Amino acid sequence: MSAFARMHYLARIFDSDLWWSFTRSPTVVVSALVAVAMIGSAAFAPWVAPHNPFDLATLNLLDAFTPPIWLEGGDARFPLGTDDQGRDVLSTILYGARISLFVGFCSVLFAMTLGVTIGLVAGYAGGAVDAVLMRIADIKLTFPAILIALLVDGIVRAVLPRELHDRIAIWVLIFAIGISNWVPFARTVRGSTMVEKNKEYVMAARVIGLSPARIMWSHVLPNVMGPVLVIATLQLGFAILAEATLSFLGVGVPPTQPSLGTLIRIGNDFLFSGEWWITVFPGAALAIMVLSVNLLGDWLRDALNPKLR
Amino acid sequence: MPPDASRTVATEALVEVEDLARDFDVSRPWLFRVLNGEPRRIVHAVAGVSFAIPRGTTLSLVGESGCGKTTVARLVVGLYRPTRGRIRFDGSDITALGADDAARSIRRRINMIFQDPYASLNPRWRVRDIIAEPLRAFRVLEDERAIAERVAELLRHVGLSPKDGEKYPHEFSGGQRQRISIARALSATPDFLVCDEPTSALDVSVQAQILNLMKDLQEEMGLTYLFISHNLAVVRHMSDRIGVMYLGRIVELAPTDALFEAPRHPYTRMLLDAIPDLEMTGRRRIPVGGEVPSPIAPPPGCAFHPRCPFADARCRAEVPRLRAEGEALVACHAVEEGRLAA
Repeated sequence: MSAFARMHYLARIFDSDLWWSFTRSPTVVVSALVAVAMIGSAAFAPWVAPHNPFDLATLNLLDAFTPPIWLEGGDARFPLGTDDQGRDVLSTILYGARISLFVGFCSVLFAMTLGVTIGLVAGYAGGAVDAVLMRIADIKLTFPAILIALLVDGIVRAVLPRELHDRIAIWVLIFAIGISNWVPFARTVRGSTMVEKNKEYVMAARVIGLSPARIMWSHVLPNVMGPVLVIATLQLGFAILAEATLSFLGVGVPPTQPSLGTLIRIGNDFLFSGEWWITVFPGAALAIMVLSVNLLGDWLRDALNPKLR
Repeated sequence: MPPDASRTVATEALVEVEDLARDFDVSRPWLFRVLNGEPRRIVHAVAGVSFAIPRGTTLSLVGESGCGKTTVARLVVGLYRPTRGRIRFDGSDITALGADDAARSIRRRINMIFQDPYASLNPRWRVRDIIAEPLRAFRVLEDERAIAERVAELLRHVGLSPKDGEKYPHEFSGGQRQRISIARALSATPDFLVCDEPTSALDVSVQAQILNLMKDLQEEMGLTYLFISHNLAVVRHMSDRIGVMYLGRIVELAPTDALFEAPRHPYTRMLLDAIPDLEMTGRRRIPVGGEVPSPIAPPPGCAFHPRCPFADARCRAEVPRLRAEGEALVACHAVEEGRLAA
């Protein structure tokens, strides 16, 4: 791509309706900045965090239960205090958010792939295939997502040896959260596909004998992806929360790699003995992260809906 | 072109359609039907249509909305499977084309131009990819450079600039989009184009440009057209022969001049009478009222009899068949019995 063409693309982004509606809303700009800051600092945690909380050699039990810096007994090395093992709370939040975001992104990606595929096939094929797939979706919706995730985790735990399970725990978690969240993707894509498949450009592709798979992939899919991205953003917040819930319940990631949910659970034990910072700060980080992602998703949904402009 | 090529008896037909029929099931869902004791509801969209299109000529199908002309177009290109009947293309049966190489080489020679230029181009594709899609699908050209050259040539051919290939469909007007559709339809050098109301969504001034472009391309490349329209002026300009459809059947099939000068079927006369035209002054008008009946429960006998001023007991009981009447084929008992002044 030439430099000129690249500039043209940039100009198109800043010239678009989406960018205009973005700059119009201070809430959205702030939540975008917060989301980018949190995702960035989590992704680059090894460089940003003041300590490596998982390097046992740097931990000192004498530092345990240090309160935040502005309270009496605070230590400048630990701005948000330390937990029961002397780990810096700020650093554990950064490392924990990394795990939480990783699980969130991957499970949404998995749910999206599964849901979009099922929705495309159901919408394009119609008839009995559609009926069967959509009834499966209906049945899926009668189970709470957490229950399915617990079930998946329980089965995997029972089937696999413990050592192996700990190594792949994070992928089990991603699978469990993803499998419980594909239905909104499938329903939306099915609806849009049923509209698109009767348009003449799809018929034009059928006239020249293209296979249904190729038509779905190269013609229908690009035209149904708009709403999918909105759902994905909204689901990201949900997936992060689901991961935190599962980790809080103790069936999520192993304690050697704590996510935000694990940190909240650990801190919960000390809440009533006065060391509130161990659980409140990870909780606040989780709340702010989910809130900013959800606000972005809400805005994206409205901005892409021509009827609300 | 031999002078008699446009006659009803085809000497060398590229496309032959024989007793083509297609039903659609428009019943409500099964559970609903059982609970309410409703029967199945079947629409006989096309109820036995036969015609032949000689190589290099245009056959038009005209009729009111819902008469089945679009269904015929879609059956011929294979978008629908026929309930009954045969379609032959250049001697080979294409009624149920598969996905093998032989089928692909036949499909390459047939393409379609659609009604709505705002829906027939994928909004997410660049124009050059839209036009090149048949080239790639039929593997006419494999080399990307050759494809780019061919696309540029096609764009020039339909009166656009090769630079337009980089753009997206929304950057064009309706007429320009229809030019893109034509370029796409022609890219794999087909012999036969099915045009489903290609100008009905366009402004009148643009319609003429597109129609003339299509006529020029036909002469230049020896194309055969099946042209679907409800606009008699357009059809007169384009066609060698015209089939008038009513409720899933062809009621009159005649060379263009014969049809406009001496329409035989009462329905054809009614359609022509509806055109405000100086040539029509003085002719006795046939009063025809009423709506097109539902194709779910078509009237017995001749489907046109409820609206026909010449209908008698036989018309209400017996379906008329297409019979040669001079240069034309007409399906009408009154014409056959000479009850109608010609």
